[in-house]
Amino acid sequence: MARAAIPGGLKVRRAWRPAQLVERRPETESASTLVFEIPGWPGHLAGQHVDVRLTAPDGYQAARSYSLAAPTDGDRIAITVQRVADGEVSSYLADEARSGDVVEVRGPVGGWFVWKPEDRGPVLLVAGGSGIVPLMAMIRSRNGASPTPFRLIYSVRTPEDRIYDHELRRRATQDGGLEVTFLYTRTVPDGETRSVGRITAEDLIAYGWPADVKPTCYVCGPTAFVETVSDLLVGLGHDPAMIKTERFGPSGP
Amino acid sequence: MDAPTAGVAVYDGNTLAGPLSEVFGVELMTAAGRCRSCGTTSQVATFRVYGRAPGFVGRCPHCEDVLLRLVRAPDALWLDFSGVSALRILIPTDPADEEQQP
Amino acid sequence: MDIFTRGFRGRGRDSSGQLPPGQYLTNDFPVLSAGPTPRIPLDAWEFTITTELDESHQWSWAELMALPAESVTVDVHCVTRWSKLNTVWRGVSLDTLLDDVDTEADFALMHSYGGYSTNLPLEDLLDGHAWVAYEYDGEELAPEHGGPARLLVPHLYFWKSAKWVRGIELMLQDSPGFWEQLGYHDYGDPWREQRYQGD
Repeated sequence: MARAAIPGGLKVRRAWRPAQLVERRPETESASTLVFEIPGWPGHLAGQHVDVRLTAPDGYQAARSYSLAAPTDGDRIAITVQRVADGEVSSYLADEARSGDVVEVRGPVGGWFVWKPEDRGPVLLVAGGSGIVPLMAMIRSRNGASPTPFRLIYSVRTPEDRIYDHELRRRATQDGGLEVTFLYTRTVPDGETRSVGRITAEDLIAYGWPADVKPTCYVCGPTAFVETVSDLLVGLGHDPAMIKTERFGPSGP
Repeated sequence: MDAPTAGVAVYDGNTLAGPLSEVFGVELMTAAGRCRSCGTTSQVATFRVYGRAPGFVGRCPHCEDVLLRLVRAPDALWLDFSGVSALRILIPTDPADEEQQP
Repeated sequence: MDIFTRGFRGRGRDSSGQLPPGQYLTNDFPVLSAGPTPRIPLDAWEFTITTELDESHQWSWAELMALPAESVTVDVHCVTRWSKLNTVWRGVSLDTLLDDVDTEADFALMHSYGGYSTNLPLEDLLDGHAWVAYEYDGEELAPEHGGPARLLVPHLYFWKSAKWVRGIELMLQDSPGFWEQLGYHDYGDPWREQRYQGD
């Protein structure tokens, strides 16, 4: 829709840009990474997100927010989309969109839930389900180049739900100072010692950082997960000002 | 005020980053707003955000009173920031300086 | 510049004419909220109608329960485009509640616990068009759907059916409520697709 100058001189600047899908790769049965090309992309920080808008032939539009999955890469951005039951945007992106298709993207936005390699202090990342996406951007932007120690606790239902599984394991071995722990709420893999269950204070003690090292904590996932983890962290003595959260609603990222 | 319940979709202020970027030329997530009701100052990213439709409602993380409301109509964006008595927006002194204040 | 997304249809919109324009049929009951769910103990619950002359009529929960109630089956249409057909409610008609109220007012502003409000013409509350509903689908109305009691005005978009209703303010002049202040339509007829002001 064309934007007209509104009488009085206030003109809303055009925020939506065309983005062409250039690559897609499956991550799990329900999640795929989509790479878009956006000429003139200004670059972004790890943790930021974009809004993606789709327009149907009759003009109906739907938009959803998706975290950027990787650091700045020229004109290309990557998002990882989890198919959500009855999700009109996520099911289109996860299942229908193919190379050459053009959507509209607004962003990058969200300058608070970000991590930059020049930031100091240990980092705790706590992800629930598809909440791993912005945290993966942070891990990828660290890329073993920063001395900042990272600990990731990633809660999923089953081993098949682990997004970026191979890469996380590889980085935990190759990137110095990155520790990765998976927690399972429904089914555990063979050999797993921790039994199924939602994240607890004991998990944060065992696999996170003690409060007295004052880590910056990034928590991302469904609202209930994020609120539970935030409360647990505060209960363990972490300063609320050091806890940054990004909640996805029940309808997913 | 009343305690939130499971099942009510509550988001972070991050949710507003996109819609607000259509209007404001600067990053607002790290801007700090003072609640007209209880006087607490909080960063926009920490506002408790309800809904996407019919519109967004951003509430004070301390007292849950309404700080802002935003509606994206087809040809207009409606914004009510009246629950915030003052907004402190950080503007970098050096355009190349991206440092974000906590 | 308009970009249409290849292969994107959005939710199946109804072409049978059974639904108002732009709506789709849902089988679940989405919960949309402008804030946290209020919890109102029944012994503290009150419903108040205040006239333009500041005369008030008030009912406690017990008094509301003592009024004649009816069960109705209606279709509801949300401005966010979902419609739900043949929903069953039980409540007290606004005709009953307004029966003894003397007023010259043409407009009403509904007030809810938690601060929500919405406006509509008084005549749209009368003649069997509106209820204070406290049961949905044969059960007590759940808090996330507006319990203990909500307004039900199904011929208008569902944002007019104020959840957690606590009272009605009768007014000589129209005054916009919570969403109407932010650009939503003062009337809100789904069949004329009156979603936003100016529609």
